[in-house]
Amino acid sequence: MAARKQRAAIAFFILRTDNTAMGHQTPLYNEHLALHGKLVDFAGWDMPIHYGSQVEEHHQVRNDAGMFDVSHMTIVDLRGTRVRAFLQHLIANNVDKLKPQQALYTCMLNEHGGVIDDLIVYFMDEQWFRVVVNAATREKDLAWINAHAAAFDAHGSASVAAGRTPEATGVSVTERPELAMIAVQGPHARERVAGVLTDTGQHALRDAALQLKPFYAAYSGDIFIGRTGYTGEDGFEVLLPGQAAVTLWRALLAKDVKPVGLGARDTLRLEAGMNLYGTDMDETISPLECGLEWTVAWEPKERAFIGRDALEKQKTQGVARKLVGLVLEDRGVLRNHQKVIVEGADTGEITSGSFSPTLGKAIALARVPAATGARVTVDIRGSLHPARVVKPPFVRNGRAVVAPVASDPPGTVGLGPAPGMGS
Amino acid sequence: MMSTIPKHLKYTKTHEWVDLQKDGTATIGITDHAQDLLGDVVFIDVPSVGKQVKAGGACAVVESVKAASDIYSPIAGDVIEANPALADQPELVNKDAYGTAWILRLMPANAADIDGLLDAAAYAAFIAADAH
Repeated sequence: MAARKQRAAIAFFILRTDNTAMGHQTPLYNEHLALHGKLVDFAGWDMPIHYGSQVEEHHQVRNDAGMFDVSHMTIVDLRGTRVRAFLQHLIANNVDKLKPQQALYTCMLNEHGGVIDDLIVYFMDEQWFRVVVNAATREKDLAWINAHAAAFDAHGSASVAAGRTPEATGVSVTERPELAMIAVQGPHARERVAGVLTDTGQHALRDAALQLKPFYAAYSGDIFIGRTGYTGEDGFEVLLPGQAAVTLWRALLAKDVKPVGLGARDTLRLEAGMNLYGTDMDETISPLECGLEWTVAWEPKERAFIGRDALEKQKTQGVARKLVGLVLEDRGVLRNHQKVIVEGADTGEITSGSFSPTLGKAIALARVPAATGARVTVDIRGSLHPARVVKPPFVRNGRAVVAPVASDPPGTVGLGPAPGMGS
Repeated sequence: MMSTIPKHLKYTKTHEWVDLQKDGTATIGITDHAQDLLGDVVFIDVPSVGKQVKAGGACAVVESVKAASDIYSPIAGDVIEANPALADQPELVNKDAYGTAWILRLMPANAADIDGLLDAAAYAAFIAADAH
């Protein structure tokens, strides 16, 4: 029975239920245990999928404030005199757009235009850019970044080891595994973080954080605060040393910021229309095929970023597939890999499907033929159900925003989603 | 966390319960342990009345936010009713797995089949062993 492959009996469903340690643990691991977090393996890390109810946690972020331990994500500092030139080559978006302290969402492509990873770049100063990449892609990302950085480091990649400061090199690549990361998200997230900074006497950092525009970052010593996120809500992502992260977590908990697991993080980002690497795109998919053309900086034409030639060829020839949003009209739940039937065209496939707690309906991101119109049919376990095609996001700042899909692709950055850090 | 396992029900290793009624029909649902594993239930795909199900055969699908899971019938029989309350309130499965959130009723092909299922003590031992 083919449909059987889509699901399993309850007995086979959960990875672990006994909360015994198996993978890497973040500095907040004991906090998750104390809060009865249900731990699962995520990219080799023991992470909480929820602390009781994924749906309640989802609503908590949409309506008030929730916090996520995202310390498993990989933080990399790029320093040196040639960092800007290096990033202009390495990533598909252009760091020249950035003002100091501003962040940029971008794809890092291979020579074929396929997505190696999506990431956030913070421009802190002319010799320091901070990059946050996905945990699941850590090793290949670091290998790729290091390999390409070597060519930009005029003194050779051994220069730091030879005793020179990173700033004296062309490009140095330094992972920051000692830093934890807490995402505090929701309409009241920023004021709760500010309250903690007030209580601890960090007035200058508090004032700087409260003055941040969306997608900007500030720091003081080891504490780095970005007004970024992966939920479609306002909020901060705070990067800080492990012990300080435990203190911040407990202080936020005391201010009624509830812990939220990776389960709700996934439904929140899906409602916000944000892609998940490895699910909505991978190395075989270009930004043009996963709704991320708005992150590709085509100008200036002479900027030779990796994958540019392949992308330009694809754009000239026309893209056969596109990523759209779906809203299921019947009851039920859309799931990854369900077949999407498009009248008069090839079939498509759901890349991220789930139940939207905010809309009370099933929603999905799906890769479909470019000619797909306003309605499709989804094969759910062998029965066909109608779905409406929409332009993501589905929800932004707590409100449903789904509307019928526009016939024209988004032409500017402003029309696309404004994602933060993935998982 | 200890889950509830009522003494008067029979159980399967795939986490369904069955309750043989005085009128000879059997009511089937999923266990408290199962709903805890699944998380928030948002949809239940129930069979149509009259459908014949086999022992161990897929008879319904419970969809939580996380995933879809097959529900296997503990015994063979004909479906005589599906719980109408679950269409609008699938979350009942999380709140009252042994009561208002029953999933379907069967007319058993052979009521004695129930005797071969796990009793509460055996099911408790099974899930305790499963956790390690």
